[in-house]
Amino acid sequence: MATRQTQSLARLMRAPAILLLLVWMVVPLAMTLYYSFLDYNLLNPGQTSWAGWFNYKFFYTDPAFFAAIGNTLLLVLGVLAITVIGGVAIALLIDRPIFGQGLVRILIISPFFVMPPVAALIWKNMIMHPSYGVFADVARFFGAQPVDWFAQYPLMSIILIVAWQWLPFATLILLTALQSLDREQIEAAEMDGAGAVNRFIHLVAPHMARAVTVVILIQTIFLLGVYAEILVTTNGGPGYASTNLTYLIYRAARLNFDIGGAAAGGIIAVVLANIVAIFLMRAVGKNLD
Amino acid sequence: MARAVTTRTKIGYTIAAWAVALVIFFPILYTIITSLKTEQEAISGFSLIPSFSTQSFSDVQSQNNYWRPFTNSVILAVGSTLLALVVAIPAAWAMAFSPTKRTKDILMWMLSTKMMPAVAVLVPIYLIFLRTGLMDTRIGLTILLMLINLPIVVWMLYTYFREIPGEILEAARMDGASLRDEIIHVLTPMAVPGIASTLLLNVILAWNEAFWTIQLTTTNAAPLSAFIASFSSPQGLFWAKLSAASVMAIAPILILGWFSQKQLVRGLTFGAVK
Repeated sequence: MATRQTQSLARLMRAPAILLLLVWMVVPLAMTLYYSFLDYNLLNPGQTSWAGWFNYKFFYTDPAFFAAIGNTLLLVLGVLAITVIGGVAIALLIDRPIFGQGLVRILIISPFFVMPPVAALIWKNMIMHPSYGVFADVARFFGAQPVDWFAQYPLMSIILIVAWQWLPFATLILLTALQSLDREQIEAAEMDGAGAVNRFIHLVAPHMARAVTVVILIQTIFLLGVYAEILVTTNGGPGYASTNLTYLIYRAARLNFDIGGAAAGGIIAVVLANIVAIFLMRAVGKNLD
Repeated sequence: MARAVTTRTKIGYTIAAWAVALVIFFPILYTIITSLKTEQEAISGFSLIPSFSTQSFSDVQSQNNYWRPFTNSVILAVGSTLLALVVAIPAAWAMAFSPTKRTKDILMWMLSTKMMPAVAVLVPIYLIFLRTGLMDTRIGLTILLMLINLPIVVWMLYTYFREIPGEILEAARMDGASLRDEIIHVLTPMAVPGIASTLLLNVILAWNEAFWTIQLTTTNAAPLSAFIASFSSPQGLFWAKLSAASVMAIAPILILGWFSQKQLVRGLTFGAVK
């Protein structure tokens, strides 16, 4: 029968993608879980032994771990605050009738397409360098002492760079949502005498709420994994001042060759990401029906 | 009734919007300007007018073997995306045109694999690459980037394919079209724009990927993202050169990106915002 044939053909067409993703998800995660219980250092590969919960106890009681968790949260929340507030404001502004709207959009979206190492290097050298950066030039122009951003405010500097990269994304998503707003409804409210503030609170804000939720959730997934920006600017320092969880695990695995510890750290990264993922999946899932 | 907009308010908004846009774009603009300066000019104070020297561009190409990472970036980004399309097109097609009760669950599960933090699987992937000789090879990284972007590719294609009306297929079948005719003459022309959009966005994402490329390459397979990251330390204060390398690394993708604003929204929000 044709339909049964179609069904089995469909199964055959789906299978490769499903199998690949299944292997990609299960095998490395299972290995991470296994390694997290081993005392395994790449410098002494011959002395690998079962470690039980040692890696977890060691990793999760290390002061660096709490510093990294704190930095991760600050980084995520800081960038979210800047990009969501800035994104709403900019989206509302460029949604107005303006001259050269297309070009304005192109300029604003551009930072999103700059790869992370380049973005970090531009900001580190050209903008925030304590003696030759644009900020230092501006400070001197006003007779102030230039600031050594990455030494004095390492985490804040990284937040600024990452926010610059993600502000375009938030703006673009929010602008798209804004433009799908029903114009006639707004005009009707306007004619009924609703002021700009009331129109925003009762019409625009509820319509934007869903887009803001999506922006927050998607950005959080990516922001938990910020890495290259830290690598090329502060290397996580001074001390652990700008080390996030991703960077801490990277250091354990690649600089200390501590496979067991890095794997134990990886497990908590999975737990953190999953908490966010559950909310994102609900937001997206609603849209499927 | 259209809202009456006076020219004066329009000019006011225009000035505000352009000011914001220029502030946001400034770091990129200043990098382009610096790339056209000499090294001496680059560190002698703020200036928006370069001497239009192209020395830095030729230096980067001759001294730093720029074209190898560039070629690697092209191969990795395009290769991984094409590979993902080969796997994803049939899957998305089947899910869009022969949905089952579980299709929604499968799609959500695929999305969930995208949520796995890269660093959580750094240890096993690094060890696998070391032991199988995939370390610093284009083939290894191409496969990895393909797996990373596969969920987004399937999702994007699915949302595009779902917009193709199913009645057209039935009509073609009634007219006696074979499956082959159906695919070549009916579906392909309707699916091509969606596939092209998906290709575009994923080339951009793969080009800019910077975690795995830095972890899993040294020289042979290093694309621009890894090349630029290693450029930082020894090149210290050669800012004109650094700017030239940066401009060459981002220019192609920046231009592609300008054409892909709509796809970006669709691809990265998994259809949740349209």
